[in-house]
Amino acid sequence: MSSYPGYDPKSGFEKWLDARLPIIRLGYDTFIFPTPRNLNYWWTFGAILAVILMSQIITGIILAMHYVPHVDLAFDSIQHIKRDVNFGWMLQPMHAVGASMMFLAVYIHMFRGIYYGSHKSPREVLWIVGVVIYLLMMATGFMGYVLPWGQMSFWGATVITNLFGAFPLVGESLTNWLWGGFAVDDPTLNRFFSLHFVLPFAILGLVMLHVWALHVPGNNNPTGVSVKNVDKDTLPFHPYYTIKDAFAIVVFLMVFVAFVFFIPDALNHPDNYIRANPLVTPPHIVPEWYYLPFYAMLRAVPNKLGGVITMFGAIAVLFVLPWLDTSKVRSMRYRPLAKLFFIIFVLACIGLGWAGAKSPTDLVFATGTDAATGAPVGFSFLWFARILTLYYYAFFVVILPVLGLVEKPKDRPESIQKSVLKSAPEEA
Amino acid sequence: MRLSKLTATVIATAALGLIVGTASASEGPELKHVEFSFEGVFGTYDKAAAQRGFQVYQESCTNCHSMKLLSIRNLGEAGGPFYDEEHPNANENPVIKAIAAMFTVTDGPDSEGDMFERPAKPFDRFPSPFANEQAARASNGGALPPDFSVLVSAREHGPQYIYSLLTSYEDDAPEGVELRDGMNYNAAFKGGQIGMPPPLFEDLVEYSDGTKASVEQMAHDVVTFMAWASDPKMEERKRMGWMVMIYLFIFALLMYGSYKAVWRDVEH
Ligand code: HEM
Repeated sequence: MSSYPGYDPKSGFEKWLDARLPIIRLGYDTFIFPTPRNLNYWWTFGAILAVILMSQIITGIILAMHYVPHVDLAFDSIQHIKRDVNFGWMLQPMHAVGASMMFLAVYIHMFRGIYYGSHKSPREVLWIVGVVIYLLMMATGFMGYVLPWGQMSFWGATVITNLFGAFPLVGESLTNWLWGGFAVDDPTLNRFFSLHFVLPFAILGLVMLHVWALHVPGNNNPTGVSVKNVDKDTLPFHPYYTIKDAFAIVVFLMVFVAFVFFIPDALNHPDNYIRANPLVTPPHIVPEWYYLPFYAMLRAVPNKLGGVITMFGAIAVLFVLPWLDTSKVRSMRYRPLAKLFFIIFVLACIGLGWAGAKSPTDLVFATGTDAATGAPVGFSFLWFARILTLYYYAFFVVILPVLGLVEKPKDRPESIQKSVLKSAPEEA
Repeated sequence: MRLSKLTATVIATAALGLIVGTASASEGPELKHVEFSFEGVFGTYDKAAAQRGFQVYQESCTNCHSMKLLSIRNLGEAGGPFYDEEHPNANENPVIKAIAAMFTVTDGPDSEGDMFERPAKPFDRFPSPFANEQAARASNGGALPPDFSVLVSAREHGPQYIYSLLTSYEDDAPEGVELRDGMNYNAAFKGGQIGMPPPLFEDLVEYSDGTKASVEQMAHDVVTFMAWASDPKMEERKRMGWMVMIYLFIFALLMYGSYKAVWRDVEH
């Protein structure tokens, strides 16, 4: 490993410290890490996520200094932050939009993982830690959205916590336990605030495990071919990827900032500017956009318990994905059929999001009008969501397992270095 | 930077998904398309319109609507309708002091333990027309006039919606619509029947700048005022936004240049 001589403490102090707490060595090993030379921009989203996570934590801590978790005061305290706290008008949308940006980045990061087979051996644990992070992000985002105590906060919380009532026998006691009472109320708001404050630190800890689990097998890469010769196939992470990540982070921040400063409410629902009112149910209760695909699955099943299981199952299936995808070839670049099904899968997820934003009785397209009432009839979002849910599951439990056995992959490059040498145009 | 076709497609679909996913279904009556000075990434509040709008608010709307989250001083703060560079501290702005003095607030208890009334000061919140929700409903045939503090943000297409609502009253309900007792017909309101009686009529207020007080003009002005009330930091936010964007753009160019320089001699 001539290109990677390792940390060599020079000064007396460094040697002294290295023998006691090799923290400089840790940093060195983390950043002078052999990284495949062919990573594309899809590999920058991990770093982007780390930056947004820090931004969320910092803005969140400051918001928590001014926020009041009480049903009578929470709504007003958000307005107080936006109107009277120095730079509160900037911190509040940074945090709210930041949540959306975090999910945008994490979805890209996860799709990237599935496409390039990053979840497969030897990176299963890395992937599973990722899925746990994702679950915690979902919980954190949900509880955060409740805090402003607007109409969507309250009713979203009511709908989602009520789901736990679907479980037989324990359902009712479980929901009452979650609420700390007999409805979503002050105790609920307080515990959500407490958990919303602490969970991001749990996520931070898991991100450290995630990076640790990354540094044992090393990065996957767009060819999916393992590193064979460290000198030829890899480059030290610093400066090559620190600078590439930095560029990508700045570009991503431009998107982030455009939302924060110019359209801070674009991803928010107007009803959340109405103080929570347990007596008035909004006509359409919709969650944040990043939950919409799961919301569509929930409503696609006529039975409540069935819907809940379908929804949680959609995340649970990710845990076993490394074993469902039976193909020995990691990257779908060399799996034409898998690639096709993958693209349909991405579209299905977006379609499910679309269905989640609509009411199930709305029509995707009309085929005619009802003879008796004159109302349009056609293909409803309910059925749209059902078909897509079916595809979502089929992709994981049928298509990927079977394809791995029957598909004939294209030829793969012999090595990472060979793949970049022939100066062929890069293909995702 | 080589972005493959697949990459571009996926980015485009993801962006589209974001937009489609969040555009919630709006099935209300059609809105009038009016333009406002504060729209778009360069938009600012038309100060004269916001001042006129405040007059309309004060002479008509305050009879029923509260605006609890705003203080009178807000009117004179940077970005506000009566901001005056000579008096950056709104509490010392004579216009704001004069406006405050027009309101009466309850204060106390005094040293005897009694509540008392006094003219408002700039630091006071805007007083509410009713003591509580029940009183407000009782005076409005059961309907609750919503608070103005964030009302424009709380409605889809807030400015267009409120403008349409204020200008779509009709004296007679169309045939087949049975108006309930105390209700008024308004084509822009969901269901057509609204508890609020028409709040604007020709020459309701007399504008000191000579602008003709038509219903449309007053509606447009009061919406400008309400939009400011809902989002008073908008101008500051957009101004800062441009500085941040330019900063990041230059930063991105530098990073891209450095990236190219670092990678110049390696094949990848
Ligand atoms: C806070 C959230 C997360 C952070 C900060 C984070 C961070 C990172 C970083 C820095 C990398 C290395 C650079 C890269 O490949 O982009 C990485 C790789 C990876 N992450 Fe994450 N991650 C997060 C969430 C997730 C989730 C939710 C999953 C999957 C469910 C996931 C799965 C993976 C996988 C499989 C890799 C290895 C990719 C490869 O080498 O091909 N991560 N992550």
